[in-house]
Amino acid sequence: MQTVLEVRALTKHFATHRAVNGVSFSLARGEFFSLVGPSGCGKTTTLRLIAGFEEPTSGQLLLDGQSMENLPAYRRDVSTVFQNYALFPHLTVAKNVAFGLERRGGLSRAAIAEKIARALDLVHLTGKEERLPNQISGGERQRVALARSLVLEPKVLLLDEPLSALDAKLRKEMRQELKALQRRTGIAFLFVTHDQEEALSLSDRVAIMNGGHLEQLGTPREVYCNPKTRFVAEFLGNVNWLGGAGVRPEAIRVSRDTLDGASAAIVEGQTFLGNCVHLTAKLISDGSLCTAEIHPQHCPFQAGERVFISWDASDEFRVP
Amino acid sequence: MKRFLPAYACAAYLFLYLPLLALGVFSFNSSKIAVWHGFTLDWYSSVFHNAALMEGTLNSLIIALVATAAATVIGTLAAYALWQKRSSWLTGSLYLSLLSPEIVTGVSLLVFFQWVFHFLKLQLGMHTVILAHISFSLAYVVIVVLARLQTFDRSLEEAAADLGATSWQTFRHVTAPLLLPGIVAAALLCFTVSFDDYVITSLVAGVNSETLPMIIYAMARKGVSPEVNALSVMITVGLGSLVLISGRLESKR
Amino acid sequence: MKLRTIFLAPGAVIMLSLFFLPLLVVLAYSFLSRGPYGGVLLPWSAESYTRIFDSLYLAILWRSVWIAAVATGICLALAFPLALYIARAGERKTLLLNLVMLPFWTSFLIRTYAWMFLLRDTGLINTALQSLHVIREPLPLLFNTGAVILGLVYGYLPFMVLPLYATLEKLEPALLDAAADLGASPLVTVWRVVVPLSRPGMIAGCLLVFIPCLGAYLTPDLMGGGKTVMIGNLVQNQFTTARDWPFGAAISLLLMGLVLLVMRALGDKGEELL
Repeated sequence: MQTVLEVRALTKHFATHRAVNGVSFSLARGEFFSLVGPSGCGKTTTLRLIAGFEEPTSGQLLLDGQSMENLPAYRRDVSTVFQNYALFPHLTVAKNVAFGLERRGGLSRAAIAEKIARALDLVHLTGKEERLPNQISGGERQRVALARSLVLEPKVLLLDEPLSALDAKLRKEMRQELKALQRRTGIAFLFVTHDQEEALSLSDRVAIMNGGHLEQLGTPREVYCNPKTRFVAEFLGNVNWLGGAGVRPEAIRVSRDTLDGASAAIVEGQTFLGNCVHLTAKLISDGSLCTAEIHPQHCPFQAGERVFISWDASDEFRVP
Repeated sequence: MKRFLPAYACAAYLFLYLPLLALGVFSFNSSKIAVWHGFTLDWYSSVFHNAALMEGTLNSLIIALVATAAATVIGTLAAYALWQKRSSWLTGSLYLSLLSPEIVTGVSLLVFFQWVFHFLKLQLGMHTVILAHISFSLAYVVIVVLARLQTFDRSLEEAAADLGATSWQTFRHVTAPLLLPGIVAAALLCFTVSFDDYVITSLVAGVNSETLPMIIYAMARKGVSPEVNALSVMITVGLGSLVLISGRLESKR
Repeated sequence: MKLRTIFLAPGAVIMLSLFFLPLLVVLAYSFLSRGPYGGVLLPWSAESYTRIFDSLYLAILWRSVWIAAVATGICLALAFPLALYIARAGERKTLLLNLVMLPFWTSFLIRTYAWMFLLRDTGLINTALQSLHVIREPLPLLFNTGAVILGLVYGYLPFMVLPLYATLEKLEPALLDAAADLGASPLVTVWRVVVPLSRPGMIAGCLLVFIPCLGAYLTPDLMGGGKTVMIGNLVQNQFTTARDWPFGAAISLLLMGLVLLVMRALGDKGEELL
């Protein structure tokens, strides 16, 4: 794994609080990496530190092994896709995309035009070159923002909650497009989001942040199935804490028959969610509540009924 | 209460516009006294035939145009710099300059110029008026442009930097073009303020640079004259239009 | 060299050389003696300042403060209902506000002159009233203190409306509904809820009106016929007919000092609203 970006003990103190506290991770070439966490956890600040919009209080940022410490934002070979896209309202789509290329200089008009055409083709926006930002839809604006950054072929593309301004359906579509885009261009993506589903579905690796700290880093499967802290476990999905171990609702089996190691419980209620049923039951042994996620077809249970709860040992995890 | 407010507002607007409307109506009056006699455009044409008035108008225009150009450029740059990072002494001094009574500003400039002339062997004239106008209109420009900047989306500047633009390039290619309506609005306002100034101008003008307000003042002191009425209407309509255009530009998104 | 410094430089140079430095020269001149044809001479003396305490000049000072205060008070009373009306006007708010501000931005001189046209003995008002046989002799509406106050109120009314409007516009409608719900009539609501909450706007407006009124020159000169002498007129006189520059300088600084005092007293509220 070749490292393209290295973040070492990055810290940023503001007057009122510590936004980022000793965060370290590295980004591999061509990797789709997500920084996920609740609002205020410091993920956006981390992104801004990498982009150069803020100065770190301490810590190091290395791009391809070179320190970015004294480089102002406009000299860093990383590019940012802003949450509100920040398209220049007075420039057409083509001029927006050309902006970075024109600043660099050294390219002929024809070369620039060709790069623009390719970039717009990449994001499926060919034909909209002469439109102004206020003449295209929200989803299209996002693609212009992507094209504008990608045309510069940065070493890392930084995305600050790019999908949060889109409606739910568009968001799902764009997720796939983003993933495909990343694969096609082979550029490392550093994706910031508060939506854990997004992070898990898109990333090669995920880093969960909380209160300025990096809590856990790993592949989606690793962090979901083997969370190292309580926070990570609860942030990435629902957890049942049963007898010191954590078990995800989908790993819980409910049966009328008793099995080895199964715990007895009384059904409290169930909620029909369309694709599954969330069944809550109270364990007889210690009174703790447990939620199981079961297929609607396999749920004949009634409230007050006595059932048996079990799960595979491999599905449980323990946190300090 | 519900009926009081609209009625009151009507009366208030009437109060605000009545003097100017009266002036306007009677500028077409063929009699010199305040009794309507008949419609005429004579007073308007006599304004154009009055050499002194025309010269005064020319002087006022030159001064206003030069001062506006300079103040707009300097003020816009200053406002941009202040928006990036506040400077309390500059902002404070601009506010002070805005609130200082004109007589104090005028006197201080007169005194200053005379003191400087001890060393430079110069006289009061158009150049001193222009400098004075730049000085007091700067604050107006800064206020208008700064107000416009407050609503400017900072992430656009960040995006420009992110894409490789230096501070100057960001200003030139992104911020300034988007600020243009506000800058033009500030310039129009500046022109209006400069064209109308009497107090400061009269103190630093010297002998050969009479401006239009100075002439009008002298005529108004002598008494009411229909020529002044006609002139007043023309100036009001002219300046009023500039202000309307400026307002339009200021609110344009 | 940072871009910001370059951008700030011309403005800073202008402020220093054409605003502060002149004031310093005024300060210096106020401590010198008068020259024979205007201008100043050595020796240094504080005579100009001691002369201010002459009852004649103190009277002028007091008159200026009093006139400015009355004009400000009247402006406040007149502007408040207007600002309230505009703030509640819904879609037409901006248009109505612009209509208030428009006259102000034309020509102060001309607007003052327009009142002369209306108020003089042979002016419109007197002529109209006489022709309607309401009066026989023309009323002395011009060239007195009342006319000066009227001129000042007319001139600076928009400056009172603007900050009042800004504050009233931000008033939550829910507060007024709550007051009504609790039994307050519209008038009581205005007096007990709206007025107290609009204090910042009132303070800013008073700042923006009182200060120009204090230093007024044109209005007392034209509307007062030279009979109502305020500080501004006194200063101007020293630099023209009286040719007593040091004294003029001293009074200018006094006026400036009063302005700074008022600004301090009324606080930063004005600046925020500006």
